[in-house]
Amino acid sequence: MEYHDIVIIGGGPAGLSAAVAAHDAGVRDILILERDDHLGGILNQCIHNGFGLHTFQEELTGPEYADRYIRQIAERHIPYKLCTIVSDISAEREVLYINSEEGAVRLKAGAVVLAMGCRERPRGALALPGFRPAGVFTAGTAQRLVNIEGYMVGKEVVILGSGDIGLIMARRMTLEGAKVKVVAELMPYSGGLKRNIVQCLEDYGIPLRLRHTVTKIHGKARVEGVTIAEVGDDRKPIPGTEEFYSCDTLLLSCGLLPENELSKQAGVRLDSVTGGPSVDDRLETSVPGVFACGNVLHVHDLVDYVSEEAARAGEQAAAYVQTGERKQTAAAALEGKGGVRYTVPQTLHIADMADRVTVRFRVADVYRDKQLVVYYDGREVRRIKKRILAPGEMEELVLMKSSFADWPDVQTITIALEDQHGDA
Amino acid sequence: MEMHELTCIQCPMGCPLTVSVDGDKVTVSGNTCPRGEVYGKKEITAPTRTVTSTVAVEGGELPRVSVKTATDIPKDKIFAVMDAIRAAKVKAPVLIGDVLIKNAAGSGVDVIATKTVEKA
Repeated sequence: MEYHDIVIIGGGPAGLSAAVAAHDAGVRDILILERDDHLGGILNQCIHNGFGLHTFQEELTGPEYADRYIRQIAERHIPYKLCTIVSDISAEREVLYINSEEGAVRLKAGAVVLAMGCRERPRGALALPGFRPAGVFTAGTAQRLVNIEGYMVGKEVVILGSGDIGLIMARRMTLEGAKVKVVAELMPYSGGLKRNIVQCLEDYGIPLRLRHTVTKIHGKARVEGVTIAEVGDDRKPIPGTEEFYSCDTLLLSCGLLPENELSKQAGVRLDSVTGGPSVDDRLETSVPGVFACGNVLHVHDLVDYVSEEAARAGEQAAAYVQTGERKQTAAAALEGKGGVRYTVPQTLHIADMADRVTVRFRVADVYRDKQLVVYYDGREVRRIKKRILAPGEMEELVLMKSSFADWPDVQTITIALEDQHGDA
Repeated sequence: MEMHELTCIQCPMGCPLTVSVDGDKVTVSGNTCPRGEVYGKKEITAPTRTVTSTVAVEGGELPRVSVKTATDIPKDKIFAVMDAIRAAKVKAPVLIGDVLIKNAAGSGVDVIATKTVEKA
């Protein structure tokens, strides 16, 4: 059976960054498997700017950001296969891939990096009443059709959900001459970045209706309109608030789901909140030698953080190949409380952790003037003031190895949001 | 005196800004840091945006190439620049960074390719 030191599943921003970092850590036998016909993943259709401020200290478009990494892959002569889909990964790191030239090929990997990204929540998962007319797209599908294939998907548009892709597409459709009538958001806040609300909606006078949802899709062959209603605190439509919007297109921007079918086949344990693998501080999953990074691990807000996280996964995969399986030390569990929905990583091996470990998390609601409090087995060790936290923005916290000097046997690290002292 | 309400986008705080314009005098209130003041003034006196879109490609591996304005342009020129972008057509190959439209719609700013499209 063909063997490679590191096999990376996915050639998007996560896979590319992981490959570059693994190469720079000294591993030469790397293979990237990508199902699309170009490297770069979703960045290829994200033609808007705003990428790279952290990584390159300049504002790039998605294709430009991807190009920076694709060049690094080329400079290092890292091999990759396009139009190649992986259909199985085993717990022994046997990878089965398929493409039209080679057919089905099974290979063995010294280490596997999962970098498959995520998928959009489709209409079927949203329980939207009505027929199945043409004209209903997920925002990302519309983005691909407009930006890559060059097809306009409609003239009069309603968008359900205010995730970033939906906001970006509201502007994109407007620039291409469509009329975007409204963006309806079920929640009392947008899941998108503030700058996108301002630059994609407010710039073009597109109304954002919070606490609203689509209750019916009208039309049989093609969308003819939608009914939008206000929702109560239980997120159920309030009778009597229905309004009809005529439109020929409905775009859905209702959340992203990490794409972990392969992870499950490999026996990787998933986190029920993130929908991605549960990982330790080396971004290693429950299956030894299988690492995860990017949107397959948890949905990120900025690609810059994907690149940084994936570079760590690439380095750790390289270390696994070079030095073998990590000796089993006790792992502390990380837990979120008081509105901290999850943490990545989920566990931390204190004995052999890096000097600094970045923990990323998201919160459940919009919070103002809170404190982020860190507890080691119930003992408060840090308290950080936070003026604002929002579900659309990923938060981070750095845990220092030195902070465990007095408490090497901590079993639970709690990250909690609390009211400021004196307010409670 | 003219008053404008806007949301600061310099950080996730999203401070609600009030910008008042009195002749040459522009004052910002509602900001909680100096970046908000700078943003508020620029948004009211000379707002700019980078425009991104696609241009049709003939004979390429892909039918469109993604483009952007090389720098940000005045906000009120967005639709004029979009008209120029929509009217443009280029021949493959196109290299990332190539100038595809010079001085788009008289904005003084070029429209450049943001990716490479090889010949089909």
